[in-house]
Amino acid sequence: MQNVSLPISDDVIKSLHIGDPVQLSGTMITGRDAAHKWMVETFIKQTRQPEGDDQDVYDAIKLILAGGAIYHCGPVVTGLDTKDYKFAAAGPTTSTREEIYQADVMRHFGMRAVVGKGGMGANTLAACGEMPAVYLHAIGGAAALIARTVVNVKGVHKMDFGVPEAMWVIEVENFPAVVTMDSHGNSLHADIDTSSKAVLDRLVSA
Amino acid sequence: MDDLTEAFVELIRLTSTDLPADVEKSLVSAREQEAQGSAAVGALDTILENVSLARRESLPICQDTGTPIFYVNYPEGWSTRKLRGQIRNAVVEATKQSYLRPNAVDSVTDKNSGNNLGDDAFPTIHFEEVEGDELTVDLMLKGGGCENVGAQYSLPNGPLGAGRDLDGVRKVALDAVQKAQGQGCAPGFLGVAVGGDRGSSFDASKEVLLEKIDDANPDQALADLENRLTDDANEMGIGPMGFGGKTTVLGSKIKGLHRLPASFFVSISYMCWANRQKRMTIQGNSVTYS
Repeated sequence: MQNVSLPISDDVIKSLHIGDPVQLSGTMITGRDAAHKWMVETFIKQTRQPEGDDQDVYDAIKLILAGGAIYHCGPVVTGLDTKDYKFAAAGPTTSTREEIYQADVMRHFGMRAVVGKGGMGANTLAACGEMPAVYLHAIGGAAALIARTVVNVKGVHKMDFGVPEAMWVIEVENFPAVVTMDSHGNSLHADIDTSSKAVLDRLVSA
Repeated sequence: MDDLTEAFVELIRLTSTDLPADVEKSLVSAREQEAQGSAAVGALDTILENVSLARRESLPICQDTGTPIFYVNYPEGWSTRKLRGQIRNAVVEATKQSYLRPNAVDSVTDKNSGNNLGDDAFPTIHFEEVEGDELTVDLMLKGGGCENVGAQYSLPNGPLGAGRDLDGVRKVALDAVQKAQGQGCAPGFLGVAVGGDRGSSFDASKEVLLEKIDDANPDQALADLENRLTDDANEMGIGPMGFGGKTTVLGSKIKGLHRLPASFFVSISYMCWANRQKRMTIQGNSVTYS
């Protein structure tokens, strides 16, 4: 088990290989479907103009994402009335929905890690090689346990996206994950997809 | 019994936080089959630890508490209008108490309602009048990850060489499992409906997941296919979370429906390992949960 601190240095990223279990500590930010669409449309492709607090949120998240990580997660949060936020359940959501955005977001912000579940595709893998960066696979559904590693909810952006889609700034301690895509061009997901497809072909031709 | 709102809140709490014993047992036996030191064992250890923690601390097992799906079997004389109102009130209360994540998003405006109430299908409530004097309500919480990898096929299917027979059903169901990889939070459960129209077929593929893992299918041909499907799926080696391993599917349930001569649909509902379901039974003034 390797301990990895955020932000992550290039040397640490390059030392990680698929199959390595890691424990992540430091500050990261949650972002999923609405957040990725918003980041790409407003600040990367700029197909819509910033409005409301867009620019302020961008300036704030930029500091965390540089050398840092985004977590594909829509948590259950307590303390919504009092703003004394605490994560009750916070497992990963399926990452592949962000495939059309992720590589652009990684390059734009200089990210070093994407945390989620289910793996991502060729564009994200290519970006992992360039940055360098890794994809860290959290255990899907292990939400109560993962929420325990969120020791502090530092704040939240874009609550108008709704609780699951908002961008939560969190401090984690020993957040458990497995490297399933590394900066050396390897993807456990591509490997398993290929090997399972070969078995499927045999099973349906029988 | 007049107002069941509180009883429904408890049903939701239990479903969200307390994984059924047969599901947990099958996860334990999956762990025994996986190689020591593998990522698959690591994933299952984390899953089992999470299941215990959620039960002990009354926390949601998974943050995605899905679309709450209620199956209400009511004796003559109950008002489905009142029951619907009480269920909807209970959903709002359970959301306030953080047993449910606010999950109802208006697809046109993109706004989350914040209290888990959407249109008439959110939460989903199925009503069925039954004989006798016992009211039973089954609740299923099925998250979006596994819902998204569900699939519907129309037989025959050329690329898979799947004809209009049970072997064709096996082939398309295996294709769905291969395409899902770990994204439905494997190791999971397969609910398969054979026949029906597109709508009734998907509904049945979900409802069949209410059966207990050890319940035997009374139709021997379907029972055999269920076992074969589970074995074949596991042969693909996708494993827990798609990390690779021997356990990808923990059980399969298949239901046959009548179909039109022209149509032959096969619907697959994939249920994640966090197979959250509970039953509430009301008889007179007694409320029990199982």
